[in-house]
Amino acid sequence: MQFTGAARFSLVTTHLLGAATALGDWSMFSWRALLGIVQRSFRRQELLRVSVEVGYASVGVVAITGAFIGMVLAVQAYGQFRTLGMETSLGAVIHMSVVRELGPVLAAVMLSGRVGSAMAAELASMRVTEQLDALACLGVDPVKYLVAPRVLASIMLLPLLTVLADLMGLFGSSLICLQVYQIDSHHYWRHTQDFVKVWDVFTGLVKSVIFGGVFSLIACHRGFNSQPGAAGVGRAATEAFVLSFIAILVLDFFMAMMANSLYNLIWPGAVSRVA
Amino acid sequence: MTRKPIVEFRDVQMQFGLQRVLAGVAVTILPHETVAIIGESGCGKTVLLKLIVGLLAPTHGEVLFEGAPLQTFSERQLTQMRLRVGFLFQQAALFDSLNVFDNVAFGLRAKGGLTDAAITERVHDRLTEVGLALSVVSKMPAELSGGMRKRVGLARALALDPDMILYDEPTTGLDPIMTDVINELILRTRERRPVTSVIVTHEMRTVQKCATRVVMLYPLARLSENEPQIIYDGPPENMLTADDARVRQFAEGNASDRLIEGK
Repeated sequence: MQFTGAARFSLVTTHLLGAATALGDWSMFSWRALLGIVQRSFRRQELLRVSVEVGYASVGVVAITGAFIGMVLAVQAYGQFRTLGMETSLGAVIHMSVVRELGPVLAAVMLSGRVGSAMAAELASMRVTEQLDALACLGVDPVKYLVAPRVLASIMLLPLLTVLADLMGLFGSSLICLQVYQIDSHHYWRHTQDFVKVWDVFTGLVKSVIFGGVFSLIACHRGFNSQPGAAGVGRAATEAFVLSFIAILVLDFFMAMMANSLYNLIWPGAVSRVA
Repeated sequence: MTRKPIVEFRDVQMQFGLQRVLAGVAVTILPHETVAIIGESGCGKTVLLKLIVGLLAPTHGEVLFEGAPLQTFSERQLTQMRLRVGFLFQQAALFDSLNVFDNVAFGLRAKGGLTDAAITERVHDRLTEVGLALSVVSKMPAELSGGMRKRVGLARALALDPDMILYDEPTTGLDPIMTDVINELILRTRERRPVTSVIVTHEMRTVQKCATRVVMLYPLARLSENEPQIIYDGPPENMLTADDARVRQFAEGNASDRLIEGK
């Protein structure tokens, strides 16, 4: 099909307008959910139920992911570092990557896949079966009642899961480096101690708080705006994961830039700490 | 003395994307009436019901509740209004994660002001009223049959002693006996309290048994330009002798020229 210049411009404008409208709608939705958290417009039992699903049920998958990422990094980097005779620096590089980037990002991605899709599907199914309308008819704001506990649970528990992913990443990489490649453990840990600072752990945890809020809000928004039928529920779950995944990576980039600028502002002249 | 309408639709139009569902709809519902809104699937009956409680906002025109346009309601006013209206949804819309007791008690707890003992008493009263044994309170919605779900949905709608009850296809998917049970419950509910009822249905037995007035909507796609969407507004007993052949056809349940879609 051939598009004229005007038709192409109109198509682009329509898409941009649609994206702006969707972003505005999501922002309003997020505002209502955050108000719901402040006003505690939900049942404690619901928060507990969601917390078990977000936190406890995700421990296994996050731990396995963290451990294997640490192990894979060790296997991939060992050859290069050995050539340069810098095997003992492996710990510093791997642990820095895990704590600042891979731990927060992978824990968030795993959760948006495991929990975010389920949240979207559950809320979409409630939309399709008119349970969201029923809540509104019984004098309850469905966004504050259902979304607020999900966002709160994600914001609270993703940092804890990130700590777990970090620790398991450290464990996995150390296991390979120290037990398999027999790297000198004293220097391995000494270099880690010299390079990985509290600031790195802190920025990683701040990221995980933001990732937790963003993926849960995207998932709930998709669920609330689901199309009718089984296909609509499935599509909401897929969109929730895809959009969350993209949002996590884009936000990670900008937050890495910001963290670097902030570090240079606080400690001018220090070595740049972009991971 | 003329009664003030409880609900009024003024030139209401409703559109989803490019699809127009309602156009130029003007209906007035008076207190204590039992109005059946009938019509073929997809003609906008449920949309009309959801417009009453502000679950949807009209694209054009206005919906008034006791003389006040819903568009002017604050969030708080809208909530207060909704608490005066019971809604029985098509598939009952029971909350999956709550048992029967918590479903029926949900509105009472959300509204507040009642002790736990008073809530328990009210829930038991309403379940008994809809003919359910109290042993059902601990069951989850997934464990209930279609008829039982409808009964629990009705008990939940009645829990807040509403001034108005909206029934969205209350008998769809039920066997003939359960259909009659639900019809009887609608009648009993009306007899027990001075309630206004709006029943969206395409079940003529429900219309004949329960309604005091029938409003028939026709799908916009099959109407010619400037033809009103409401093709019948009157008592149920006059439907079979109505001037409009489409009304008689619906009342008789006659396929006639509709064997092939698009006519």
